Amino acid sequence: MPAAGVVLIVAVVLIVLALVYFLVSTIVALRQITSDLDDAIAGVGGIIEKSAPVADVVKDINANLDAGVALLEGLLVKKAGLVDSMGLVEGLYPGAAAEGLRNFPDSRTIKAPRISEVYTKGTLTLARLGREAPIAVASPAGPVLRNVEGGSLDARSLYPEERQSRPKRFPRSPVIGTGAPVQYPPSEQRGGTTPDEAEIRDKGPWAETSAEGIVPAELGGSDAPREMLAEDRELGSSVLGETTASDEPATGNGIDPDAGDEADAISDGGPEPPEGAEPDLKDAAAPPRQVDLDDRS
Amino acid sequence: MTLWWIGNVLLLVVVLPVVVYLLKGVLDAARSIVPSTRRIAAAASAGSKDLDAVPLLLATQAHVKQTVEVVADYGGSLDVIVDDAEEE
Repeated sequence: MPAAGVVLIVAVVLIVLALVYFLVSTIVALRQITSDLDDAIAGVGGIIEKSAPVADVVKDINANLDAGVALLEGLLVKKAGLVDSMGLVEGLYPGAAAEGLRNFPDSRTIKAPRISEVYTKGTLTLARLGREAPIAVASPAGPVLRNVEGGSLDARSLYPEERQSRPKRFPRSPVIGTGAPVQYPPSEQRGGTTPDEAEIRDKGPWAETSAEGIVPAELGGSDAPREMLAEDRELGSSVLGETTASDEPATGNGIDPDAGDEADAISDGGPEPPEGAEPDLKDAAAPPRQVDLDDRS
Repeated sequence: MTLWWIGNVLLLVVVLPVVVYLLKGVLDAARSIVPSTRRIAAAASAGSKDLDAVPLLLATQAHVKQTVEVVADYGGSLDVIVDDAEEE
């Protein structure tokens, strides 16, 4: 065989060997790729399977949260009004008022009042819930939050009509004792009310007995003339005690007799204060109670 | 005879290097894909593992529903005890 033929054969063999080497290596690499892609497909399949219910669950969660947001926004606007609501939102989250409330597009154009810069949370709560808060009093600049009196009347409507929304001036408690404007003889007032003619007519003749008293005066009742009363009715009785029949003071200091008939145990009696003693005025600055002022008027 | 030698030289000097160059390019490309596919497989596996917590969304869904119900109860109570704002 000529040398050129040998060289040709060697060249062909080299080319075939190169083809075999590279092609086999390529086949191995592609098989690795196939194996890895199988793993990737399995992983992606798991992702798809596990994430399938996510959309429905998240939609349901969002629907519930939307309902909660709508509820809270609606409640806030209903109770505070749209303008004050934006002031409250801005006070809690500065800058949030610019975004507005989701269900109230007009809220984006409202200039939020600076509620939180003027009133603390506690004061604001009192103003909302109570009628006793100082902030609830009308300010010179107009109603702070809303018509306080209107809110108060609304709350009063929860109570019985007669005493709350349109209270009357009811008669005062009767004055009893020696200073009472109307004096009843003991025989006519032994407890309970003295039946008048209408009550006697309604209850029957037996009620007349009560009207005359337990023991009428003509039969020796407690308001009978002194000569008709028994000895035990006298003040000097041993049962009721008797006067001392003496001008000697019963106490150590006694009552200053210079005051005469106008003597008073408080102003005219008691110990003499030491020289230079300061009176106790710790309660002097306290204003009178509203109840006392009402009674005076 | 001369032409035969020229053919041998061309075969060894031109054809063989070209064949080797092309096959090596294919092999390099195939090998460069392998790490990428391995990373994809690893990422898919990790992503699938992360989604193991998806069933917890059902608990979250129930909790959100209960929370909104409680908020509705509180809101309804506040609606009763707090006065409405005055109409503008």
